[in-house]
Amino acid sequence: MRMYWKELMHQCVEIGIGSLGIVVIISVFMGAVSAVQTSYQLVSPLIPSTTIAQIVRDTVILEFAPTVVCIVLAGVIGSKIASELGNMRVSEQIDALEIMGINTKSYLIMPKIVACLLTIPMLVILSMVLGILGGRLAGTATGIISPDTYDMGLLMNFVPYNVFFALIKSYTFAFIISTIPSYYGYYVKGGALEIGRSSTKSVVISCIMILFADYILAALLLDKAG
Amino acid sequence: MIEFNHIRKSFGDKVVLEDVSHVMETGKCNLIIGQSGSGKTVMQKCLVGLFEPDEGEIIYDGVSFTDMNVEERKLLRQQIGMLFQGSALFDSMTVEQNIMFPIDMFTNKSFADKLKRVNEVLERVNLVGINNKFPAELSGGMKKRVGIARAIVLNPKFLFCDEPNSGLDPQTSMVIDKLILDITREFNMTTVINTHDMNSVMEIGENILYLYKGKKEWTGNKKDIIFSKNERLNEFIFASEFLHDAKDMRMLEAKGKISDDRDMDELLNGDKID
Repeated sequence: MRMYWKELMHQCVEIGIGSLGIVVIISVFMGAVSAVQTSYQLVSPLIPSTTIAQIVRDTVILEFAPTVVCIVLAGVIGSKIASELGNMRVSEQIDALEIMGINTKSYLIMPKIVACLLTIPMLVILSMVLGILGGRLAGTATGIISPDTYDMGLLMNFVPYNVFFALIKSYTFAFIISTIPSYYGYYVKGGALEIGRSSTKSVVISCIMILFADYILAALLLDKAG
Repeated sequence: MIEFNHIRKSFGDKVVLEDVSHVMETGKCNLIIGQSGSGKTVMQKCLVGLFEPDEGEIIYDGVSFTDMNVEERKLLRQQIGMLFQGSALFDSMTVEQNIMFPIDMFTNKSFADKLKRVNEVLERVNLVGINNKFPAELSGGMKKRVGIARAIVLNPKFLFCDEPNSGLDPQTSMVIDKLILDITREFNMTTVINTHDMNSVMEIGENILYLYKGKKEWTGNKKDIIFSKNERLNEFIFASEFLHDAKDMRMLEAKGKISDDRDMDELLNGDKID
């Protein structure tokens, strides 16, 4: 049990801390671009500036933070999981674990799934905060919207259910990001070329599944909320 | 002792092993030899349970491995060590962590005790002071020795080695062979080695099973090989001119004629030996 816990913590660090940099960068820029482009499209003087903050907030919470970040994570984490397991398979490291009497699926795959389920929602929450902050920074820096107006807009018509919906999406995507590459990596046959192929395939399929799940969840949960 | 009876294994329509029976003896180096594709690796993987045979029975020290459930197999596997062809060391771990891994998994020893055991086995395989190196920093021979150290760290009763000399130079191969032989005798283990390295066969072949196209073709030991009249075995073992001559020399030696200069001349001139 101690070894499983150790492996889980190792995976949490690898997946969570390892993806922190890319999540910070894309989140800030997503929020910033979102603020600038929203302002560009709101040409009518009848629409208050606070609308920019509301649109940035809702797009970041509903779509950018959970979906875009998870698609990026599918590439970063998915390829890592598939290639790591694939390499272990072709170099007989998985066989070595089996010989030792270790259940390789529960030792190698389960900690990765649990680590993804623990860390990816945290990364998504972080992405929401950073995306909204990025919008604030860009709005202030370009003079589109003052910080006070932006903060006021953030508080207007806020629907807490959107955060809950984003978290449901992030748990679903975390499961997809961890299981599909694990399957492709664990059952790879051949050599280095096949590892590369299975890694690419797992990322492509994960991305498609994320988009598909995104639509299904939106259709089911947002409709219900309305 | 490992006994297996009437083992059959196929993948789809391709039959890889057909009615193979043999006894692997305790305290000896038991070799499975044969050409590439003859079923050696499949045989060994059936023995350790990585493949399930279609038919037949495998018995470890009188207990049927075939009839064991998952938990019973798990317990038995703690008494099995295996050296893989590519060593199969965990890339992300240091040498020390690799060897300590089975102890971590199956015992509750303190770190000091675990480290002591790791250093003991490292010393046994003549590798001292490489605890913090990663597998990528080691030579092929060193990786094999670390693999052996990991395989023996829990004092297994059964040791399996898949092509322990592949990719190694003849001198290093001999070191590995000698190490495996010494360990087998020292710990009275049942060692099963897959090989097609003829030096290994002649050095450590105490009990040899020759597989030909998935079937048991011949059994014996390294001395029996010299006098074997099995054509397929002779073609396989003494394929090169050099080894063919070596066989003739050994036969002469065995017949006590090696001191006779005239016989040596005959041999060197390519005359046939009775």
